[in-house]
Amino acid sequence: MLNYILKRLVYMIPTLIGMSIISFAIIQLPPGDYLTSLLSTLADGGSPIDPATVERLRSQYGLDQPIWIQYGKWMLGIITRGDFGFSFEWNQPVSEVIWSRMGSTLAISFAALILVWAVSLPIGIYSAVRRNSIGDHVFTFFGFIGLAVPNFILALTLMYVSFRVFGQSVGGLFSPEYVDAPWSMGKLWDLILHLWIPILVIGMSGTAAMIRILRANLTDELSKPYVTTARAKGLPEYKVIVKYPVRIALNPFVSAIGWVLPELVSGVTITAIVLNLPTAGPLLLRALVAQDMYLAGSFILLLSVLTLVGMLISDILLALLDTRIRYN
Amino acid sequence: MTVTPALDAKLAEDGPAISGLKPGIDPISDAAAGQWTLIWRKFLNQKVALFCGGVILVLYLIGAFAEFLAPGLPDTSRAQYTYAPPQSLGLFTPSGEFQLHVKGYKVEIDKAALRRTFVVDDSVVIPVGLFVEGPTYKFWNLFESNRHLIGPLDPSQTMYLLGADRLGRDLLSRLIYGTRISMSIGLIGVCMSLFLGVVLGSISGYFGGWVDTIIQRVIEVVSAMPTIPLWLGLAAAIPLTWSPIHVYFVITIIVSLLGWTGLAREVRGRFFSLRNEDFVTAAKLDGSSERRVIFRHILPSLTSHILAVTTLAVPSMIIAETSLSFLGVGLKAPVVSWGVLLQDAQNIRSISTAPWLLIWPSLAVVIAVLSFNFFGDGLRDAADPYET
Repeated sequence: MLNYILKRLVYMIPTLIGMSIISFAIIQLPPGDYLTSLLSTLADGGSPIDPATVERLRSQYGLDQPIWIQYGKWMLGIITRGDFGFSFEWNQPVSEVIWSRMGSTLAISFAALILVWAVSLPIGIYSAVRRNSIGDHVFTFFGFIGLAVPNFILALTLMYVSFRVFGQSVGGLFSPEYVDAPWSMGKLWDLILHLWIPILVIGMSGTAAMIRILRANLTDELSKPYVTTARAKGLPEYKVIVKYPVRIALNPFVSAIGWVLPELVSGVTITAIVLNLPTAGPLLLRALVAQDMYLAGSFILLLSVLTLVGMLISDILLALLDTRIRYN
Repeated sequence: MTVTPALDAKLAEDGPAISGLKPGIDPISDAAAGQWTLIWRKFLNQKVALFCGGVILVLYLIGAFAEFLAPGLPDTSRAQYTYAPPQSLGLFTPSGEFQLHVKGYKVEIDKAALRRTFVVDDSVVIPVGLFVEGPTYKFWNLFESNRHLIGPLDPSQTMYLLGADRLGRDLLSRLIYGTRISMSIGLIGVCMSLFLGVVLGSISGYFGGWVDTIIQRVIEVVSAMPTIPLWLGLAAAIPLTWSPIHVYFVITIIVSLLGWTGLAREVRGRFFSLRNEDFVTAAKLDGSSERRVIFRHILPSLTSHILAVTTLAVPSMIIAETSLSFLGVGLKAPVVSWGVLLQDAQNIRSISTAPWLLIWPSLAVVIAVLSFNFFGDGLRDAADPYET
């Protein structure tokens, strides 16, 4: 098992390098470098800098060097010192801005993933066992809606509905009176009231996809002879279903994290922008618009790493679930 | 088939010959039919997919004839009709005669909120007609015309069937013009990812070995990165000074850059299974070049599958464009797309004053995405006609 995990870890390295190259390419994409935008901001403020200082800054940040050396420096800084570069908009190192936002992104993505699993497992089993029943059709219908409605439209709609029905504003994580209050039961309840919309929105399409996958796989399994045998032996029906076919149908369910997680992280980004949640999303958009590229690139890199770690976890879970994978 | 053994034996002796085909299918015409005829016949059985194909066709027709179908121009603003609510189309006027019409507005000032509210004024009847003369447009940039499918008989009067936006522009007209942009971005984007996906997927699946490894790693990296942050990063690099048409094409490229991986995977998988088929070996022994084997022998037998996967990729392109434009880094006004329209519905205040700004563009997106999904599902089921 340890061997398997180590192998997966080594296997991750090229992917990581690829992701870092793409993130760095995005940093480099806008015309000019960040000194150009810094200079224009300063010039707008009426305090132009003399050319010698510009040159000094340029060599200090390594901007006069070839691109691969700049990339190397950036990576070296991240690996050795956890230094992601400097955010010009915040006038702080990127690493000081980024971690709390990444933490909340991780927490919300994780909560959404749990929701996806918790909801789609029973519904998937129900839909496969009671195929073409009314319940199955209802779930399939909602599943298609979940797949077809983009996250941000769902968020806007729920925002409007909750405003109309409950008269409650749903942006942010807390109501105004709790933002600076110390933790209490009231504050926790307030957080839960605010959190259900984003988590529902983010989890919706993933849940729909998972239900479809589980339903298809379980349907295939249910028609196999071993199920008939188990039934003929007189096992109770719930045991016939849960003990064998569901276990096998779970495999693709677990490995699906590999592509559900990037979708969730993606969903968190845009939903957070709409609902104004303190996650990576709004800050990333702001950084991109202001061309604060080191901050933006670092966010993209870290969000990608987040999905990669999720995939690693799904691989490990899969190996735990299915012995064949471990020994192949 | 569930037949009891006794009945089975009897049928074998003196019953008619049993065909494995479903009743109603003429075995001879089916056996002689080509692959595409079979696919077409199988597809015709899928009512939902057929219906959705019709919806898609209608959407593209709306996009193609936007100028004629829209009652007005997308940019005509009337400040006095800010957030005017939708007017419903009536058939009979209060006096009982048959006349297509909408009711006029009366503006009331809400003294407490210091806000103008529109109230439907039953006494004002604005007659509406079909094929009326309205604002002049240039159809497909070719010739000028002023005929509109529907509109007020007197062009100076107003008709807001779906309501008005912040600048008093007609939402219906804007939605119709937006259909052209949003639906075409999906189509062009998917063509580009089709090209990338098919070329890289074929190379990867045909050659295998280290070429395959490299392409697979690239696919892995691209598909593991969360799409929206990546789209944002790429789209934000578009300089603000570029012309709308420029931005349109760059956005299509960005959208397709991330969409090709699924296609490439599908093509590669099929190539792997076909690589060792007899007809490929035969073509190789006949001395066909590798390019000929790929493009003349293997790819044609994949066409139907590729078509299905391509259709299923269109919705993600439409959603991508809509999301980017909504966030303000994609298409921008004066271009009108569904995403640009949704930009007006960005905060709770404008949604609660004018819910139609959220409802109609969202509905358009959802209908388009759902139709493509069902249509693609149907195509995929019909793609392999020899499967039982």
